[in-house]
Amino acid sequence: MEENHLNRRCELLLIGGSAGSLEVLFRLLPLLRADLPFPVALVLHRRNSGDSTLSELLASKTLNPTQEVEDKEPVTPGTIYLAPADYHLLIEHNRTFSLDYSEKINFSRPSIDVTFESAAEVYGPGLVAILLSGANEDGTSGLTAVKQAGGMAVAQNPDTAQMPFMPHYAITHLPIDHVFDTIEMAAFINSLT
Amino acid sequence: MIEEEDIDLLLNDLFDLYGYDFTRYSRASLKRRIIRLCSLDKFPSFAELRYRVRNDPSYLKRFVEEVTVNVTEMFRDPAFYKSLREEVLPVLGTKPFIRVWHAGCSTGEEVYSMAILLKEANLLRRSLLYATDLNPSVLEKVRKGIFPLALMKQYSESYISSGGTADFSSYYTAQYGQAKFDSELSEKIIISTHNLVSDSSFNEFDLILCRNVLIYFDKELQDRVLKLFDASLGTLGYLALGTKETLKFSAVQHKFKQLNREKIWKKII
Repeated sequence: MEENHLNRRCELLLIGGSAGSLEVLFRLLPLLRADLPFPVALVLHRRNSGDSTLSELLASKTLNPTQEVEDKEPVTPGTIYLAPADYHLLIEHNRTFSLDYSEKINFSRPSIDVTFESAAEVYGPGLVAILLSGANEDGTSGLTAVKQAGGMAVAQNPDTAQMPFMPHYAITHLPIDHVFDTIEMAAFINSLT
Repeated sequence: MIEEEDIDLLLNDLFDLYGYDFTRYSRASLKRRIIRLCSLDKFPSFAELRYRVRNDPSYLKRFVEEVTVNVTEMFRDPAFYKSLREEVLPVLGTKPFIRVWHAGCSTGEEVYSMAILLKEANLLRRSLLYATDLNPSVLEKVRKGIFPLALMKQYSESYISSGGTADFSSYYTAQYGQAKFDSELSEKIIISTHNLVSDSSFNEFDLILCRNVLIYFDKELQDRVLKLFDASLGTLGYLALGTKETLKFSAVQHKFKQLNREKIWKKII
């Protein structure tokens, strides 16, 4: 398995999280190398505040450029993108972001499933998706789609999660490739090329 | 699993048989909507959905209604409405007559929000709000001006954040779980079908609002629609887009100046 991921080229890293995931990111982001060779997109459940304080807060934790997604923006390596509050985030075949204000999925907008499923279709085996802490079923269908398309599925170790339900639900419903705590997760991401 | 080629075939049918052109819609979102409809209406396979669309013109209405996104709300993004109140309406108020176009208005929550702003600025009597959508069935809801009562608490909060000082419930009558908005508002609303993909400019406006519609279009179609808006705006007219939409990188960008942090542009040439 270890060897497997070392040989794999990561074209996009997705991280989905709900309740309790922000503090994981606040600890994880500073541990990541400053020149990530692939793009990262964060899909987080949060209150629809309408302002962009969260992206500024996340940006302060990493040397990689961090920003909220604008519609039809190209997915650029080395950039950390944040799904905007109250929109679903999708990816087009030409590797640009699309936003969508359709019905909530799993009571959520953005929904982690929507982004994971959409990216799985475009990136296939080049996709790595990580599911963090949360109290919701969102993300499990998405990770299943990632696996089916040949990508890699990772979950936060539920024992280390403030809200273990979300990663635990995924682990019990599909063959997860790795279960990591924050430190392991950082080492894993830094080893991806 | 639905292949891209299947979607292409269906979109060709829709254009050839009915004149609806969805080929330049954002594909990821459109495909998701089509898969959702397949499951909602319990088609055993995609081929059966395609057969139904081809052979049952009455199903077309439902298809268009479900494949396009019709989620909207009143006073969404209160800061945006506050900016309209404070920066746009005082300028429009200097005109003898005000024409507003809500392009892709869906069920009309934003149109009624705008009508309330105009009324509170004492401008409603000399304003007309044109509400257009490609979907005839959503326009019927705009005409009625009836929205679920359960949402009024949330709308009232957004209204207050937008700078509203009246009692929000004074704008509607509650009956049977519904809120019916005053005819004083609805009689200033002119309703018509209009397809941004294929129809052309039909009037000159002082303010065009088209929020969270362009996100469903690809870049090329976005450009076409922005040109259509440019051609439909009088000099010094205003264009308002959704919070994640932009004029940047579009062909008409140089003709507009962004007002402030909100997505409102003023036409300068």
